[in-house]
Amino acid sequence: MLELRSIDAGYGSFQVLFDVSLDVKAGEAVGVIGPNGAGKTTLMRVISGLIRPIRGAIAMQGTDVVATPAHRIVSLGIAHVPENRRLFPRLTVADNLKMGAYMPGARAHYAERLEFVFELFPRMKERRHQMAGTMSGGEQQMCAIGRALMSNPKLLLLDEPSAGLAPVVVQQVFELVRRIRSSGLTVLIVEQNVQQVLRVVDRAYLLEAGSIRAAGTAAELAASDTIKQAYLGV
Amino acid sequence: MQSFLNIFDIYLLEAVINGILLGGVLALLALGLNLIFGVIDVTWICYAELVMIGMYGMYYLVQVFHLPYWAAAPLVILLVALLGAALHFLVIAPLLTAPPINQLLATGGVLFILQSFATVAFGIDFRNLGIRLPVLALGEMNFSYARLLSFGAALVGMVGVYLFLTRTFTGTAIRAIAQDRQIMPLMGVDPKRIYLVTSAIGGGLAGLAACLLVLQYDVHPFVGLSFGPITFLICVLGGLGNFIGGFIAAFVFAEIISLGGLFSDLEWGYVLAFAFFIIMMFIRPAGLLARRS
Repeated sequence: MLELRSIDAGYGSFQVLFDVSLDVKAGEAVGVIGPNGAGKTTLMRVISGLIRPIRGAIAMQGTDVVATPAHRIVSLGIAHVPENRRLFPRLTVADNLKMGAYMPGARAHYAERLEFVFELFPRMKERRHQMAGTMSGGEQQMCAIGRALMSNPKLLLLDEPSAGLAPVVVQQVFELVRRIRSSGLTVLIVEQNVQQVLRVVDRAYLLEAGSIRAAGTAAELAASDTIKQAYLGV
Repeated sequence: MQSFLNIFDIYLLEAVINGILLGGVLALLALGLNLIFGVIDVTWICYAELVMIGMYGMYYLVQVFHLPYWAAAPLVILLVALLGAALHFLVIAPLLTAPPINQLLATGGVLFILQSFATVAFGIDFRNLGIRLPVLALGEMNFSYARLLSFGAALVGMVGVYLFLTRTFTGTAIRAIAQDRQIMPLMGVDPKRIYLVTSAIGGGLAGLAACLLVLQYDVHPFVGLSFGPITFLICVLGGLGNFIGGFIAAFVFAEIISLGGLFSDLEWGYVLAFAFFIIMMFIRPAGLLARRS
């Protein structure tokens, strides 16, 4: 579904990603793990077009993503839940969700999608008139994921969905990712919480200092000595 | 003595109501400026000069081309809306990431260009529509229909903008982009297009204000100076970019001007209003309804 080939990317003259290649097949859940500052967020931003790669190619179901204007990439079926959620704090939950359905293709199905998201997150229905910024971190994460689902995506990019949340809420978020997966959506998830993420994904990549250092099934990575020592603390 | 007090009360009531009527038009002016500032984060110093151009538009359409007022008004609103979009495209967009002082200087430059253009193109004569609207006598109070019409139209304009901002996808995107510009592409929103639409709405509001002000005031190239500064003070007093604050501040200013004018000359009303502003800047420097950040 999504193919990245030899991506170099960065900010100005500061290069973050070096020759990153990665595949996500339809129906898969793929994780990208790695330490802080490895370039995980940059990787997500390159895919959704917030920054453009210096070199390399990205294809979404055969369409050249690099040549697509940033605001049209959602229409290719890629929805990005950004790091720190980035809700519009002084808009209501309902208005935040409405923004997720902004593009013309999604507007036509706005009512159905809203129904779908409210079914997935009954809490969001209760809070639809509340300002998004006044909700708890877990609720904001639900709202951010709901907003991304409003565009009826094929591929969901999740950037550190568990960051800054209480341990109980982290459990709920991963449970949620599992449910979203089982609804047939393809998921690419970036996480520092390696132990948790390896339980929900099929495959994962290890990103360190901007390069892919290891790749394999979740079980293979969980069993590998380097990852055990560096990330799982065993 | 008793009859004197009665008359005084009537005048007081008349001044209060006239203040409210003036407040409606000031609120409309403030909304346009606040919209641009709140969403695009630039200040159109030349905002009142867009109104001036619109007033000349009304003068030429009505007096020279003999269009009826109701037919000329939509054309002028459209014209100033296009002018607003052009101002954004030609002047603001290239300076969007420039320091604020450069943006201020650039729109300040546009102010002088528009004033000079009007002087050369239209001359410095005072012009008016030659429309004399009757006066409504309510008991012993008199209200001009021009003011009543302006107040009503300003309210309709503001309600229209409110409904657009809250009910439509584009309007919601305008409110959203004011809060987080960077992630808008993730929503499938082209920020350039939203800024252009916002600028056109800001211009359209200036155009509507022009249609209403031209009923009460003569047009000349420097007419923008009569309500440009006060519009800025209203926006600052209300908290720049805060729509509700600007709305309230417009009525506060209008009442001070109107009541000040009752006890003395109208000019003293303005002096009181500006003095009030300066004092308020000491007490609440971020405005009446400053956004907590």
